[in-house]
Amino acid sequence: MFYDILVYGFIQSAALILMAFGFSLVYGVSRLPNFAHGAIYVFTGFIAWALFNTAGFPYWLSVVLSVAASGAIGVLIYYVILRRVRGMEVSEVIATYAIGLVFLEGLRYAGFRGGTYTLPVASDGVSFILDVPVDHQRLLLMVLGFAMVALIWLLTRYTRMGRALKGMAQDERAAMMLGIDSDATAAVAVALGSMLAGVAALIIFPLGSLVVEEGYKVLIYAIAVCVVGGLGSWAGTVIAAFVLGYSQYMTVAYGKPHFQMVVMLLAIIVTLIVRPSGFFGKQKQLEERV
Amino acid sequence: MTTETTHKRRERIDRGIKVRSESLYALNSFEEIAYLLTPRVMLIAAFVLMPLILSPWPYWGRVGLSVCILAMLSISFDFLANYVGLVSLGGAFFYGVGGYMAAVLNTELGLPPILSIPVATLLGAAFCTLALLPCLPLRGIYFAIVTLMYPLLMTRIIEAFDILGGTEGFRGIDGFSGFFTEQYGLILAMFIALFGLRRFVNMDGGLVIRAVKDNDQSVRASGISVTWTKAKAVFLASLTGCFAGAYYIHMYSNVGISSFALDLSIMPIAATIIGGAGTLVGPVLGAAILVPLSEFLRDFGSLRIVVYALVLTGFVVFRSEGLMNYMTRKYQQVERWVKI
Amino acid sequence: MSTHHTKEPILEIRSLSKHFGGVKAVDDVSLTVNRGDVVGIIGPNGSGKTTLINCITGFLKPTKGTVSFHGKEITGKKPHKIADMGINRTFQIMRPYYSMPAYKNLVIPLSSPRAKRVGGWRGGGKHGDRDTVAVDILEELGFERDSRVPYKMAGTLPTGYLKRLELGRCLALRPELIICDEVFSGLSASEISSLVPLIEKLNGQGITMIMIEHRLAELFRVANRVMALSYGEKVTEGAPDEVINHPKVREAYLGSEEDF
Repeated sequence: MFYDILVYGFIQSAALILMAFGFSLVYGVSRLPNFAHGAIYVFTGFIAWALFNTAGFPYWLSVVLSVAASGAIGVLIYYVILRRVRGMEVSEVIATYAIGLVFLEGLRYAGFRGGTYTLPVASDGVSFILDVPVDHQRLLLMVLGFAMVALIWLLTRYTRMGRALKGMAQDERAAMMLGIDSDATAAVAVALGSMLAGVAALIIFPLGSLVVEEGYKVLIYAIAVCVVGGLGSWAGTVIAAFVLGYSQYMTVAYGKPHFQMVVMLLAIIVTLIVRPSGFFGKQKQLEERV
Repeated sequence: MTTETTHKRRERIDRGIKVRSESLYALNSFEEIAYLLTPRVMLIAAFVLMPLILSPWPYWGRVGLSVCILAMLSISFDFLANYVGLVSLGGAFFYGVGGYMAAVLNTELGLPPILSIPVATLLGAAFCTLALLPCLPLRGIYFAIVTLMYPLLMTRIIEAFDILGGTEGFRGIDGFSGFFTEQYGLILAMFIALFGLRRFVNMDGGLVIRAVKDNDQSVRASGISVTWTKAKAVFLASLTGCFAGAYYIHMYSNVGISSFALDLSIMPIAATIIGGAGTLVGPVLGAAILVPLSEFLRDFGSLRIVVYALVLTGFVVFRSEGLMNYMTRKYQQVERWVKI
Repeated sequence: MSTHHTKEPILEIRSLSKHFGGVKAVDDVSLTVNRGDVVGIIGPNGSGKTTLINCITGFLKPTKGTVSFHGKEITGKKPHKIADMGINRTFQIMRPYYSMPAYKNLVIPLSSPRAKRVGGWRGGGKHGDRDTVAVDILEELGFERDSRVPYKMAGTLPTGYLKRLELGRCLALRPELIICDEVFSGLSASEISSLVPLIEKLNGQGITMIMIEHRLAELFRVANRVMALSYGEKVTEGAPDEVINHPKVREAYLGSEEDF
């Protein structure tokens, strides 16, 4: 039982990292809250499903195309909507949230409901970690979750674009003076964030089935992880994902599954009340608190 | 156009009455009084006549009342967002708390609607204010996120602990005694909320609340507690929201977790932004547009939400002033073509 | 310059420090202000003057040290509590309520618990009467009563009027101690010379003042005591001419290219 918790809590944490990292990246770089995050997550899943099942593409091609599509959606959302309301935080929240609703409820209207839509797993096998059986899809999830964090870290360290992103995150005005295009960087950030959401969807959805409601859940999970870790802090996001991942797994193991969401919602509310800058983020109390 | 020399241009002149001073009017003719009163009279007349016109069609009567319910929720949102500076994404919280409170008072304690609605409004507002009290120091996006979570949390708690009727909710709540009681009770309440708040924001107490939005540090430096001021404002907003919830459940005789549903948080925002933020009347106009629209879209299921969300996005991004501000501007201006 | 020295301490600051991480913005500063004093605080930019004010008025919590008002400790109290006791401040960056007319800006402090309690304003401060009282106060501060200036939106007023509006917010609270954060900065010489008599008048009414200033010449016309800060530490304290001749003050001011 102990090892069960250890391993599956770890997997749950990796899943949370996957779900939240895109949201955290966008907010960290350009201070844009992308509330369409969950919708892009679900939408990418359905694009992959449609390409694979309806258009009959090979699965790998469907994956590549759907992730590319999620990036394109991100760019569109930035240029059509976010750019015009940038700086007005609340408008950003409302506009992206509304666009998310359009995607999710649009899918529902188009008839995508119920548990009949599934994505294939990458491999069927089962391995044992610490004597606990883990199927290969979850193994992939674990590996990819951390690979993605590592990749973003390398990207921000060793590529020009990545350094521009990091510069924007630290001091937008200074970065602009050094000739970094604020719009282009933000668009890239939103696109990257959306693609991360897409990748997360393609790894996590095969474990269950494609449902529209996941979109709302993923958004809340992403917000919970980012708020607890400190909005915009990447290291905080990873630590918070572990804290929340394990506590979620424990509530499922010892309580009702209903409590899973209660834990996340309470985590958000309590964190914002007690320490709005997050438990693991940098201290910027004065900004968000009076 | 610079290619052709145009010989006419459109001239916009502010009407005399507004030019005289920014906030003080000198009324000295019936014309000016009529000019000021016409829009107000039109609004009141529309709502007073509505039940009389709709009485042969009870279904549309209910739709008319839904306009009032949404209008109250939107007024509550507009007041908090644009006069206090607290953008709440959780209007459903007020609504649901009011609804459940009234349901408990009615079914468990047997209070008739005439008592359960006001008591639920007061108790519900007190509960909402207390629940939001720790969040009041938060600003901007942080307050928005935390308020978005409150109604969701209520739903999940009711489900998880199976309290307050669980997923079933309460049924068999007393209705109103007649069509016109139901209609005019709500319309009256909406007018009280609308005109009451409009008057309040220009009174000294209201000015203090608006000052918090402008500059909370100055309010602090004036020896006034910002948190206490915000709490009072939240109480006023929750009164309006809780009343709407309490009234609604008596209209339909049941309440369930859908009272905390997301659309109830989104629709007031949409109505406010479409109608015109910061006017308090705008939200009523927005509600009067959105509710009938959603009735026509009822057969299309979730397409309804898609349409709202698109309209909302469009207004946020492209016409953020809303209809009311636009119309006010046009009403106060005279336009004419002038030869050059 | 005020001359009455009753020597009754009204505000006592004892070894006050405020550290931000490793930076010592204010370091072990002590100061006693007597009733009726006009105390100037000078120092180059970044010497911790505004931080000191923020610590006194509760906008920041000091790391160490105490502040007492009338012998009662007020360290770490909330800003509105301290304002309620009669210590009122102006802000260096003016903070009017931009969306309201100038006179309505004063209705807010006039509605505060302190104004209701000790204000003694005409009409008992009921709704409607506050407007008249507000215009009275503005008139005292040099807003022409019959012009449109008091009724203009605060956002459209020039700097000189905004500074007076800041003072007005303090006056509406019937303060015992006004702390001015650079009221003279950003003003023209003629605007300053019209403000100086106003400060003298307020001091003559028995209001104690602490003034942070860069404009030393004007400050020395009104202040009877001056404290100099440098890098958060107190350099010296005393009569204006003593302070300005202090070698460290000369060094701090002449060494860095500060304007006199």
